[in-house]
Amino acid sequence: MRPTPRTKGSRRNGLALHLILITGMVLSLFPFYWTLVMATNTTGDIFRYPPKLTIGSHFGDNVSKVFDSIDFPGSMLNTFVVAVSVTVLVLFFDSLAAFTFAKFDFPGRRALFVVLMGIFMVPTQLQAIPQFVIMARLGWIGSLTALIVPAAANAFGIFWMRQYMMGAIHDELLDAARLDGCGFFRQYWHVALPVVRPGLAFLGIYTFIASWNDYMWPLIALVNPHNLTLQVALSQLNGVHSTDYSMVMAGALLAMIPLLVVFVLAARHFIADLAKGAVRG
Amino acid sequence: MDTTSTAAGAPRGRRAHLPRLTRQAPTGPGAVRPDGLRRAPADHWPKYLAISPFYLLFLAFGLIPVVFSLYLAFHRWDGIGGMEYAGLSQFRYLLTDSQFWNSISVTVQIWAMATVPTLFLAMVTAVLMNSAVRFKGFYRVAYFVPSVTSIVAIAIVFGSIFSTEFGLTNAALRAVGLDTVPWLNSPWGIKTAIAALMTWQWVGYNAIIYLAGLQTIPSELYEAARVDGAGPVQSFFRITVPMMRPVILFTLVVSTVTGLQSFSESQVLLASTSNTSNAGGPDNAGQTMVLYFYQQTFDNNDFGYGAAMAWGIFLVVALFAIINWRLVQRRER
Repeated sequence: MRPTPRTKGSRRNGLALHLILITGMVLSLFPFYWTLVMATNTTGDIFRYPPKLTIGSHFGDNVSKVFDSIDFPGSMLNTFVVAVSVTVLVLFFDSLAAFTFAKFDFPGRRALFVVLMGIFMVPTQLQAIPQFVIMARLGWIGSLTALIVPAAANAFGIFWMRQYMMGAIHDELLDAARLDGCGFFRQYWHVALPVVRPGLAFLGIYTFIASWNDYMWPLIALVNPHNLTLQVALSQLNGVHSTDYSMVMAGALLAMIPLLVVFVLAARHFIADLAKGAVRG
Repeated sequence: MDTTSTAAGAPRGRRAHLPRLTRQAPTGPGAVRPDGLRRAPADHWPKYLAISPFYLLFLAFGLIPVVFSLYLAFHRWDGIGGMEYAGLSQFRYLLTDSQFWNSISVTVQIWAMATVPTLFLAMVTAVLMNSAVRFKGFYRVAYFVPSVTSIVAIAIVFGSIFSTEFGLTNAALRAVGLDTVPWLNSPWGIKTAIAALMTWQWVGYNAIIYLAGLQTIPSELYEAARVDGAGPVQSFFRITVPMMRPVILFTLVVSTVTGLQSFSESQVLLASTSNTSNAGGPDNAGQTMVLYFYQQTFDNNDFGYGAAMAWGIFLVVALFAIINWRLVQRRER
């Protein structure tokens, strides 16, 4: 609905509209504020009635208790290593496969693409047990390899990048590159990749966020309590020290911050791309 | 026009590179390089190499596991010792396992309690945002943030908000003179808490998708309706809802597939309320299908039964997916 000419009534409507939207926004952001409140007060302050609703001054204490209870920097580093490795590998493998599917024909192409789409449907828990067994045979259980290798390429990314590349890369560009003597890989690297950079940015952020937040598989695969990812370490902290709310919340807050920063920096384009993709589907 | 419509005959205009997912022919002849099939397969090796990483990984960590889990479902195995052939007994046990049936009903109840308000609130939010002129970008980010936040952290936060003795929800109830509710210690309380968490997390995400859908509806439709004397409510149900149907179905499918496989929400929420990691909550009311699967497999080391249950869960999700699919089909006819 387009904005109508502004009259007194419509201005009042506009005010009501923003009031409702702001209420929703407050509800949406409140749990973050509450996390901050709890993480900066003592557990006693929160357990009082009425509870303290303002930001306190005990954040440092709570954080140092977190660092005493779990290997927070180590887990954060692990999470970072996994998320970056997975993102880089996914960007490379998925875009390379997507480029091939989008712009070339070869025997078996159609069948291979149907298989790819079918893999979308396989639920993760069906793979969890045997994947665990295979990892155990390979000796990867407890190591980050178990998280990185199976996630290095995925059907969603290939599908998404293929859709993007079909329109973004013009055939004339590839023809010109071929006349200049570019082989298959150089067409991908020098012609395709620079053109689809916005698409790669979306896929990269999406992959990074998903990997950072992944919980079930790391919980299964990381059996060594001293070598965990952030999410698993956080859940361990919560399980063992669930009565010390302030400390657990300080951990939760620290675990959220890096991701929130990544997201807010990239938010505009990321949200628009995601919404477009969904509406298209 | 010629710059956007390629030889593929793709739809023209800005969305030329965004063909619909349904019923497309991904291998339409014009969409690909003309130097295709005339060459011998051996000449195509760079292309096979280029797509091979995904298929190799899928073979090792996808296909072999799925086949193996079928094999495993016919055996008894604790993950360490020898495997013992068990025939159909794991499946027979699954069918009589009241806790498994309970987990199905718990999952579906929580899914319904979360999905209905989520999609409803998302639609309301999207319609409001669509008619807002200013601050649109700001709202979008603020509403979207919950969906990218770590589920473990969120579950911990909601655990404290709904805590029976010290929670914010009960403090608010006390403040207005109402009785407190034992959220995390009663069957309906725990389901409500989990559903509230999911709703909070996914309203914004779905609202953004609805907003994008709303923006593709031509405004002439609304103007024509207004000329014909339709009020805002009428044009919502006569124009917005029918035009948005594919988008609504998309969000419904996504929330079905993810909602029926929910695990982390209840796993983390329940871990903080009881001493055993094997918790299903009061009366197992928070034990979703995948949580029960996880506990049987990795806490009790019952790999054979876990594999059988994984197939059971797969069937339940597939059943719901087929129902969704039917809805889509009816639309296209």
